[in-house]
Amino acid sequence: MQKDTLVHAEHLTRHYGHTLAVDDVSFDLAKGDVLGFLGPNGAGKTTTMQVITGNLAPGAGRIEVHGIDLLDEPRRAKREIGYLPEQPPLYRELTVDEYLLYCARLHRITRERIRKAVNTAKERCGLHEVSQRLIGNLSKGYQQRVGIAQAIIHTPAVVILDEPTVGLDPIQIREIRALIRELGKEHGIILSTHILPEVQATCNRVQIIHQGRLVFSDSIAGLERQLKATSLIASFHASPDLEALARVPGVNRTEALPDNRVRIHFTDTNPAEALIEQAVAGGWRLHELSAERRTLEQIFIDLTCSEPHADQPGEAA
Amino acid sequence: MILTIAARELRGLFLSPLAWAVLAVVQFILAFIFLSLVDNYLAWQPQLAAIEGVGGVTDLIVAPVFADAAIVLLLVAPLMTMRVLSEERRNRTLSLLFSAPVSMTEIVIGKYLGVFAFFLILLTLLALMPLSLLAGTDLDLGKLSAGVLGLALLLAAFAAIGLFMSSLTEQPTIAAIGTFGLLLLLWIINWAGDSGSQASGLFAYLSMQRHSEMLRSGLVNSTDIAYYLLVIILFLVLSIRRLDADRLSH
Repeated sequence: MQKDTLVHAEHLTRHYGHTLAVDDVSFDLAKGDVLGFLGPNGAGKTTTMQVITGNLAPGAGRIEVHGIDLLDEPRRAKREIGYLPEQPPLYRELTVDEYLLYCARLHRITRERIRKAVNTAKERCGLHEVSQRLIGNLSKGYQQRVGIAQAIIHTPAVVILDEPTVGLDPIQIREIRALIRELGKEHGIILSTHILPEVQATCNRVQIIHQGRLVFSDSIAGLERQLKATSLIASFHASPDLEALARVPGVNRTEALPDNRVRIHFTDTNPAEALIEQAVAGGWRLHELSAERRTLEQIFIDLTCSEPHADQPGEAA
Repeated sequence: MILTIAARELRGLFLSPLAWAVLAVVQFILAFIFLSLVDNYLAWQPQLAAIEGVGGVTDLIVAPVFADAAIVLLLVAPLMTMRVLSEERRNRTLSLLFSAPVSMTEIVIGKYLGVFAFFLILLTLLALMPLSLLAGTDLDLGKLSAGVLGLALLLAAFAAIGLFMSSLTEQPTIAAIGTFGLLLLLWIINWAGDSGSQASGLFAYLSMQRHSEMLRSGLVNSTDIAYYLLVIILFLVLSIRRLDADRLSH
């Protein structure tokens, strides 16, 4: 195993009664990774995270955190994990300081370092000005930050955040994302969300989970390659000559669309330039030419909707 | 680690008005009972002095106060234990404990000690009333401490049963009514034992009332102490098992 692998999950499986919630999920998280966990509601994101953090025992499989087996040595392994569940585990009747102090003690931070740990966590999450206030009286955004502070107070190797930006306003979302990116420099981060742009904004790796199975796993760079344009949309004044279009160098295949529009598929070289030259020369009266990019959303929908209900109208396109 | 959880539990109890209200009400009711007993005693004292073997202040005031205290505590104990785990479950704060490097046993024992510490505070306040008689008379301190020990063991058992009930549900009120039902059943189960049938010995042994009466009368018997310890250990183990079941696959 590589030295800087922080989480190593192998064939994780988990049932709820007869429902299979997580089905044979394996992945690795390296240091410096911000891993985005995507999936529709009920896909098994939260269950997977709960299994990794030791909140649920896996039915089968193995988890190593920083080289420590979570099932054999839960105490040592859990020291390396910070977890923010979907609903932050906050005691509303405590002040921020009291709460963080309690969390620090729970994580067995020694007496000498405890003050410093609490202060560092507050500083990183911007909580200094509310440290004397009751958690129950804080806004949702601040409560979320207290939740994150709780997850990083013991400087764990891995921070696991379950939908950390849900219910926040756009400014708070930006702040939390910036915080996550910063945390990603020192910790390995696993982040679950169903907001797709969030993954592109904060993560460097993406995994899509669907019906308990990992259906997609790649780096953001690899994803960008997949998202590269592979087709053009051209719109003409009158209905175009498809055969002439197909002869343009680089064009793979053409597809007529309504309103005198054509989708032009290509593989390696973008035929846009050649197409324009020929259009001018041949008087095809080209109106518009735009590159069609696959979005993350499309990939997501392709992967999560096609399989079970391929015959569903409109969805699987 | 256990102490950290216990301290947080105790603090949490005092952050809610419930703990203060319980302390105030219990103290008020028992002070009323105590004072009326003292009053009665003073009124009948001349006649009592003439009767042989009727017992002293400790038997006539302290023991009845402790007997009534046991009943009052049986009524309020479920209120104090109902939220211990059920509220954490309901507010989803249990995952904080589950994700921390803490074992289930530590969580349960920590919670238990927190509640028990509250009960000890309550008991200290109660014990101060009979002790105040020391200012005017002599008390049988051995008998008094046996009575206090009896109440402490009784409360320790209440706390364990309440904790277990609280681990079963998300609704504090259900935990409270469940605890109350179980405690009351254990209290009166010897009624079935009085009929003299085959099972009567078992029922009599199970009865909390019997064991607390023995201690109150000054008999510190290892059977009674073993009974309470068994109840405490049984329900703590059951609570640990119950929390563990949350994690495991079914």
